[in-house]
Parts: sequence; structure tokens; C-alpha cells
Amino acid sequence: MLGKTAGSLYWMARYLERSENNARLIDAGFRIALTRSNTAAAEWRSVLVTAGQDYYFRQAHGADYSSQRVVDFMLRDPANPSSIMSVIKQARDNARTARTYLTREAWEAVNTSWMTLGALLKRQVREDDLPDVLAAIRQQSGLVRGAFAGTMLRNDGYNFSRLGTFLERADNTARILDVKYYLLLPSVAHIGSSIDNVQWETILRSVSAHRAYHWLYGAEISALKIAEFLILYKQMPRSLAFCCDKMNDNLGWLARAYGEETEAVRLGASICNDRLSRPIASIFDNGLHEFITDFLRANAALARQIERDYRFVE
Amino acid sequence: MLRGKGWRISFFDEMTGQEGEVRSPYREYSDWFGREDAARIQRKAQQAEAFFRTTGITFNVYGQDEADERLIPFDVVPRIISASEWRRLSRGIEQRVRALNAFLHDIYHRQEILRAGRVPIELISRNEAFLPMMMGMDPPGGIYTHISGIDIVRTGADEFYVLEDNARTPSGVSYMLENRETMLQMFPELFAKISVREVSDYPLNLLKSLAACAPPACGGTPTVAVLTPGIHNSAYFEHSFLADQMGAELVEGHDLRVVDGRVAMRTTQGYTPIDVLYRRVDDDFLDPLNFRPDSVLGVPGIWDVYRAGGITIANAPGTGIADDKALYSYMPDIIEFYTGEKALLPNVPTWRCGEPEHLREVLDRLPELVVKEVHGSGGYGMLVGPAASKKAIAAFRAKLEANPRNYIAQPTLSLSTVPIFTKAGLAPRHVDLRPFVLMSPQGIRITPGGLTRVAMSKGSLVVNSSQGGGTKDTWVLED
Repeated sequence: MLGKTAGSLYWMARYLERSENNARLIDAGFRIALTRSNTAAAEWRSVLVTAGQDYYFRQAHGADYSSQRVVDFMLRDPANPSSIMSVIKQARDNARTARTYLTREAWEAVNTSWMTLGALLKRQVREDDLPDVLAAIRQQSGLVRGAFAGTMLRNDGYNFSRLGTFLERADNTARILDVKYYLLLPSVAHIGSSIDNVQWETILRSVSAHRAYHWLYGAEISALKIAEFLILYKQMPRSLAFCCDKMNDNLGWLARAYGEETEAVRLGASICNDRLSRPIASIFDNGLHEFITDFLRANAALARQIERDYRFVE
Repeated sequence: MLRGKGWRISFFDEMTGQEGEVRSPYREYSDWFGREDAARIQRKAQQAEAFFRTTGITFNVYGQDEADERLIPFDVVPRIISASEWRRLSRGIEQRVRALNAFLHDIYHRQEILRAGRVPIELISRNEAFLPMMMGMDPPGGIYTHISGIDIVRTGADEFYVLEDNARTPSGVSYMLENRETMLQMFPELFAKISVREVSDYPLNLLKSLAACAPPACGGTPTVAVLTPGIHNSAYFEHSFLADQMGAELVEGHDLRVVDGRVAMRTTQGYTPIDVLYRRVDDDFLDPLNFRPDSVLGVPGIWDVYRAGGITIANAPGTGIADDKALYSYMPDIIEFYTGEKALLPNVPTWRCGEPEHLREVLDRLPELVVKEVHGSGGYGMLVGPAASKKAIAAFRAKLEANPRNYIAQPTLSLSTVPIFTKAGLAPRHVDLRPFVLMSPQGIRITPGGLTRVAMSKGSLVVNSSQGGGTKDTWVLED
């Protein structure tokens, strides 16, 4: 297949994943802003930093971190390259470029998402409509995922799109930890002390896993366990370990199909083996912040290597 | 039923003729329509629109916001052509395309027709689409016009005219195919009742036809690719549609480069040579080294590969001269010169404004004529005299006088009408027809029917999609 087409499938999947992650971040931010109006601005700022949009926000609105402004900016501002509307448009443009590699169902799901969200986000969303709009965004991404899973050939194109999904997701989870790691730190010093309830709930909500956490660990909330859950727990579909496993599966598939072990395959394996194959305590011992910074760097390096090895661009 | 407001009996209606009685090709359809509930058809028409939207069968209008993708209006009433009408049309079309290909070969070789004085030399020397670099070149298989679209209009039961030849990069074939697909989904029962000839094999015929023109350098099964300017091009949907249906790669200039004397595409595993390139970019943009240096749509060096027999370019560079509307007026001579036969399908009478006598007559009769730019397309830059305001006519007169050679004029034809479905029932609207013709060393193949374009507003004679025209499914009946 064309390198450009592989790249379009990969970026399409990254943008789709990003829109879903951003919807989740808005949801979590909105909850905390509702319940704690005195720290709302700080929370919104941390949401924007996590989503990598704070720079653009300050360019447009300075330090006015009001709920309404931030939500509108993150949902639909065309000046924000990562707003959900911008990202969906990018996903759809990439799908159009790779149209010949998509099934009719897969293409129509992406196109319908773009049309549906375009209609929903045409005007500023009122605060009381926000939960419905966010639910619709999640639902659209579910439909796209379903169409892909149900109809796409499991060929190289599919593997490139999956690589995009998991790279983006790993990046997102790591960024959430990167912004919130300081909340987890002090409590580690005195094991057993619980961290701020609302804060940890926000973290877990940002990855849609507050219920899953309780299923797994019961009522006990500890920084160590939350970190373990998000970083190492392989059954949790947004954990770093889960995403890296999947990326290695996709890279392994490509290596077999193409009969070529690329540098990207080696980098992918090293993230799993060197970084994620140790107990959480050792990660904390060596510094959680350092760990996350290093992970983000390695993940980005892998992304660059994939683009090079599979000739997305000349 | 057809005698609603605005119905002018002076136009030939393909459903009801001039007398108001249903003509035989439409009889079964008309019976069916009479029994149908209008509300159901209305519902189906709305479904069709949603179907076109989700499928992404949209086009961009140049000069408007790129995000503004528009639908071409689709009308649910088919345009029906009888088997015998089609036989006559297809013979005339085949003759014309053969002549066009022979003409292009001659122009780029010995230029016999110019020496014989049958076509004035200025029409070639001043033709912007003429490519001196093609002189003496032999495109693989001797084919210039791999794909052409011959625009046909009708003015009476037995009166058909060729309005325009499109040999450069005719578009619209995806609409022909999707219109049929849509009709099959909406009204399957109609196709069980009425025997309509298939159109769905067009993409495979296109692939076979292109593959049959593989260049000398091709070893084994030819690799075919479609070259598009990209997703912002107004016809991008069609480019991706055809690539998809043929199972060919859809490439852009930046996917290609010359490697070891071949044009190759960058795949995830390295560069793979292409044998036949169905390009949907104009000649000017093909090769920045040999044509427009600022072009980013093409492939540096493709021209040299082409000359050396390393790739087939379809249509061949330089075929655009045949789209020239001044040259069009010579088509009857061209056909006679190369085939030894009279043209089976007549031309519309045409005044060449570059000739002083013609110009004088055109200026005298401007309010009743249609005036077109020689190189124009898409309905841009034309004047429809009877529909234009005094002011518009005066403005056009000035343009015409300033550069007469740039224009031709034709009488305003009484284009035939076919009913469209409106909230108030059936209403006649003017139509034309673009049949699509494939040519390879193995022969000429014409898909039965083609794309029917319809002017959606009452009385309008402009059917171009860029000017609000719509389309219809076109049925050619089995014998």
C-alpha cells in the first residue's frame, strides 16, 4: 500500500482517538468545576495542559479560564487545532485521502460522525446540554470503532490504524499522569493516607475507569494503586502497558507481513521491556515524574520512527 | 399531469413528446408512476439525499469556502432511451471518437488535415492545449483518447446534436454509477418490471481498457494508478470512487517519483513502478520539469519516462486541443476526412467569433444566442442570451468585441425536457446527456446511457452542476 495511505489511516485513527479522549477530559473537568467553583479555573487550566491546548487557549483568551470559555474552546473553536471539531475534520480528511482502503461502512461511520458533530457543535453548547453532547461524541466514536472492527480486512492498513489508536491513547494516559502526578506524590510518603477524593475521581474519570478501579481494588484508594492501574495493569484498555502490548502486536504483524524487522519494531519492544516490566514501587522509587517524562519521549520517538520506517512522507 | 404552470408545448418532452401522449420508452414507467403514492416517492427522494451525503458524493465549488461541500441534486425520475435510439446514438458516438483519435494522431504526426486545408492551421498553432512536445510521439497502443465524454442534446423525436467533445478529462461517470445504485436501492421493483441495460461494469471495463494500453516497459500484469490533485479537488470523490472500484491505487504527485527510468509510487515497503497512469490533472501540471515549474501536482521527470515508453498516460498529453470549441465547429469535416463518411450525429450550428462576418452576425443577434468561451468548461463564462439581462448582454458584448477569437456562438437550442419530481408533481426540465466512451487497441466501448444532467430550475437551459444543475439516472432499454 502507499506510504501516504498508511499515514492517513494512522492519523485518522489518532485524531478519532484524540476526539474521544478530549471529550472525556472535558467531562471530568466539567464535574470538578461544578463541585468546586473556587478551584475551577485551576482545574480547567490543568485540563487544557493535559490536552496540549493551553498555549492556544492563552493566545486566544489570555487567563480567562471560565467553564464556558474553556468548554467552547475545546469543543468547537476552529482556532484550536485540537478542538473536537478540528480533530474530527482532520480525521475525516485523512479518511477521505485513504478512502480506497476503507470499507463503505467504515468510511460512512467517519463521515457520519463528522456530519453529526458538525450539526451538534454548530452553535455554542449550553451548559445543561453539555452532558448530552459529550455522550453523543462518545457514541459516535463507538460507531466508528464498531464499523472498523466489524468490516475492515485485517491487513496492513488496519494495523496502521490500530497503531495510531494506541499511540495516541498511551500518549493521552501518560499526559493525564504527567499533569496530576504531584497529587499522587505526597501520599506515597505515608502509605495508607488517602488522597483528595475528588481529585482521584477526576483522574479515573478521565480514562473512564472509576468503576473498573473499584471492581479491582475495592474501596481502598491509594496513589500507588491508581498509578499501577493506569501504568501497568494490562487488562485496563487505557493503561500504558495495554497500549504498548497492542502496539507491539501491530508492529509484529507488519514485520511478519513485510518480512522486515524495522527500527520501529525494536523501539516498540524496548518500551515494553525496559520501561513497563517492573513493579510500581520501583517506578516510584526512581521518580514517577521522571518515568512519565521518559515514557512520553519514548512514545513520541516511536511515532516518528513509524512514520520513517513505513514511508508516510518522503 | 404534465400540463402544470410554465409548461411550454414548443419543447420536445421525452416522456410526452409534443402531443402530450406518453412516448413508448416511458410507457411502463409512466404506468408505474401513476399507481404510486406521491408521498412515498417524496420520502424516497429524501432518503436518496441522505444516502448521497453519508456516502460523501459531494463536490466543492471553486471560489467558495473549502468546507462547503455541496450535493449535486438528484432527481428520482429516470431519463429513458429506447434500444433503437441508443443504437443510432452509439454508432454516431463511436464514429466521432474514432475520428477524434485519428485527428490527434495526425496533428501530432504528419498534419495531413492541415496540409489539405480542411482545418485552419491557426486553430492548432494558437491552441493553448497544443503540445509541441507530443510531435512524433507514439502513445502506447496508438491511443490518445482513452476516456472521452461526448455531450449530446436533443431537440425533437429524431433530432440529436453533439454539443461538445470532452477528450481532456471528462468527469461525471461516478454520478452515472451512483445514480443507478441509488435507483436500485430505492425502487428495486422497477428494475424487475423494466429491462434496463447495466452500467455497473464501467469500472472493470475502464481497468481492462487501460491495461490494454500498457507501455513497452511493462512486464506482466499492468499496474494501474489514478492520479488526483487531492481531496480539495472538486472531483475528488470521483477519483477515489474509480480507484476503489478498479482496485487501483489513488496517488498524488508527492507519492510518485522517477526511479530507475520508471514512474514509481512510494509504498510502505519502498518504490513500486506504475505502468498506466489514469491522470485527473491537466497537462500543465503533469511535470514541473517540463511544463509548469510551480506545479506540485505532478511528477518531475514523468515526461522523459513517457517518451521512453516507460509509462502510459491516459488520456495522452495534448488531447485537450480536441476540447476547443472553435475546433468543434470543424468536427463534421474532421470526421469526413478520417472516416470517409458523413458525420452520423450533426453538430450544433456554430459561429466562430474570430471570423469578422460571423462576429458581425453574432453581435447583431446577441440576445437570442448562446455564447461560450473557446476553452471554457463547467458553464463558466458563458452567455445565454434569452435568459440574460440587458446589462449582462452589454457587458458581454464588450468582452466579445475585445477578444472575439476567444468565443463561439450557437443558436439557443430548444433542448428537450424530461420531467423531474417536484412537490407539485411532475414538471418538465431541460436535459443533456454525456455518454462515456472507452478506447483501447481492443476497440471502443460505450456504456449504455451516460450521465443525464438536468437544469433544476424552471426554464433554465444551464445544466452544469457548478451552476445548480442536477442529475438523473439514465436508462437504455433492452430490445
